[in-house]
Amino acid sequence: MTEQAELLKELENQKYKYGFVTDIEADTVPRGLNEDIICLISAKKQEPAWLLEWRLKAYRHWQTMSEPHWAKLEFEPINYQNLFYYAAPKQKIKPQSLAEVDKNLLETYDKLGIPLKEQEALAGVVAVDAVFDSVSVATTYRAQLAEKGIIFCSISEAIKEHPELVQKYLGSVVPYTDNFYACLNSAVFTDGSFVYIPKGVRCPMELSTYFRINAKNTGQFERTLIVAEDDSYVSYLEGCTAPQRDENQLHAAIVEIVVLNNAEVKYSTVQNWYPGDEYGNGGVYNFVTKRAACRGQNAKISWTQVETGSAITWKYPSCVLQGDNSIGEFYSVAITHHHQQADTGTKMIHIGKNTRSKIISKGISAGHSNQTYRGLVDVAAKASNARNFSQCDSLLIGNKCGSHTVPYIRNRNKSAILEHEATTSKISDEQLFYCQQRGIGEEEAIGLIVNGFCKEVMQNLPMEFAIEAAKLINISLEGSVG
Amino acid sequence: MTALLQIKDLYAGVAENKKEIIKGLNLTINAGEVHAIMGPNGAGKSTLSYLLAGKSDYEITSGKIDFDGKDLSELTTSERANAGIFLSMQYPVAIPGVSVSSFLKHAVNAKRKYAGLPELDAAEFLKVLRTAAKELGVSAEMLKREINVGFSGGEKKRLEILQMRLLEPKLAILDEADSGLDIDALRIVAEGVNRLHNKDNALLIITHHLDLLNLIEPDFVHIYADGHIVRSGDKSLAEALEKDGYKSFLEA
Repeated sequence: MTEQAELLKELENQKYKYGFVTDIEADTVPRGLNEDIICLISAKKQEPAWLLEWRLKAYRHWQTMSEPHWAKLEFEPINYQNLFYYAAPKQKIKPQSLAEVDKNLLETYDKLGIPLKEQEALAGVVAVDAVFDSVSVATTYRAQLAEKGIIFCSISEAIKEHPELVQKYLGSVVPYTDNFYACLNSAVFTDGSFVYIPKGVRCPMELSTYFRINAKNTGQFERTLIVAEDDSYVSYLEGCTAPQRDENQLHAAIVEIVVLNNAEVKYSTVQNWYPGDEYGNGGVYNFVTKRAACRGQNAKISWTQVETGSAITWKYPSCVLQGDNSIGEFYSVAITHHHQQADTGTKMIHIGKNTRSKIISKGISAGHSNQTYRGLVDVAAKASNARNFSQCDSLLIGNKCGSHTVPYIRNRNKSAILEHEATTSKISDEQLFYCQQRGIGEEEAIGLIVNGFCKEVMQNLPMEFAIEAAKLINISLEGSVG
Repeated sequence: MTALLQIKDLYAGVAENKKEIIKGLNLTINAGEVHAIMGPNGAGKSTLSYLLAGKSDYEITSGKIDFDGKDLSELTTSERANAGIFLSMQYPVAIPGVSVSSFLKHAVNAKRKYAGLPELDAAEFLKVLRTAAKELGVSAEMLKREINVGFSGGEKKRLEILQMRLLEPKLAILDEADSGLDIDALRIVAEGVNRLHNKDNALLIITHHLDLLNLIEPDFVHIYADGHIVRSGDKSLAEALEKDGYKSFLEA
């Protein structure tokens, strides 16, 4: 696929943008969180009463909860009353040309192979509309999806246009009582995506949350809901390889996925939020709850993630395997560098009979960073013949970083077969020497070796995404040696 | 004519413990020549090859190495490779997840970049790779495999020769190229090397055995012991060595 075709394809999935609420008055909503603010958010979004009530219930419950600290993460307590819960992005002085844009940022765009026009848009020099006359393209594809009965829109739009579907499924996988951050998100989420694939439909294209450029519109409290009816299939891409510099320090998103009989959902993420500087100043705190419920028989969910960003990552995309013969998969690459901290993994909850799950986790730590794989494999008493295979590999670069593996296994059924493999290794001097002796420079060699280490995960990403993600891995590890 | 490689009064050893392994080595190699270094175990033969290639564990205490008009100590490991030094390793290391073809593309393009040539795209590179592989009898299946992962001794050496063919070095150092090979595999390696050798490049063969030298004819044979060359001659020296052992030379 040519670059242009690739962009158009990404563009077509850009529905998100058109459903986004742009309200200048938003700037006037004060800091802090109380019931008035939640009422205001709900009113601005013209939400139905049931949703406001749900938000308020979540908020009241949230007040009884406390910030969890069981993860191996160190951070100062967050003052939740000091945040804006409904705010348009801050008005910043717009650069007049690329010459005024941070040189490092431009270098990164170049390395990722992002075209110049698009760089201008990413850096905020020109508006997105100036780059692509996109409306007609987007409309064409939207029509194509609509023809098949696929709904792909912002969650705000879905609340207005498909309230029955949203009400039926919202919070059904991640209830607002689930955890501190999920509860907060339920009270204050402002936008996100909604996908509905009707019975028997195979979605003809990869759905992306947003076009790369548009990524900066992502809210702090994003909420995504995907429903795959019987015998349907969809592959969904979230995120963006281009560095995302966000002023918001706290991100608490939710992704809920419902998979019914014989349906399959593939969910791929590339997360590259601002990781902070090399001394550990700044950076996004990313507390995400992602969960898929395989409610039907033979349902399948596959999570693939490449996590390179954020100062703090707290994220465990999970699979609840309720339906008999359902399958859950988790493929993850997490890279931490400098002073980044990541506590990430998955939960495989086996409830139905003959359920199968697979976990492939590749963690790469460099600099002074710290990384933990934390995973749960849980087999219920009735889940006969459940199977799990877990492989958790860690690669260390340098001798100041840390890597930890915490696999929890809870098995209440004797017929279960659970396998766990874990390795920790370092890039060997011999491997580096071998590459360098063949003319490959040290940083390129590290990129090559690390990409090889992650191969099993990377090959699960859709092609175009995989190429960018491979470049991203190289960039993320720059300066990790020497 | 200036020599391709000139080693003058070299003293060198392991960087970490300052242990001197090479003691007063002199060696000159011209383009077109084949040199063989033979010596007992522990004489420092591998140290010499690592030192030439620029492995970071080794350092020079005194003396000088010039390669193709450049002071070698001023070049990094990858620069030396791109300038034309190729070390066929005794034990090539495995790199899981990295395919032979992808690795070779990186290597070939690194060299082209160094030489100021445009990099090859995937299609152009594949063409070059397939031609080279065919010449050396390397199967298409092997190109897809992960580099040296699960390779037999013979396959590893064959892959080294394929890399040598693609990178077209000015000086190829074969470090114990015969170790772990049966006679058939040895013959294949030797044929590959002979095919690549011409008047513009040179070979430095480090070996224990006469077998390899019967297949790759050396112009010069050096007996190396205790960190320096104790005797130089032509191939007959290797034959004498095979007959009488190192002892007679070391006592001389």
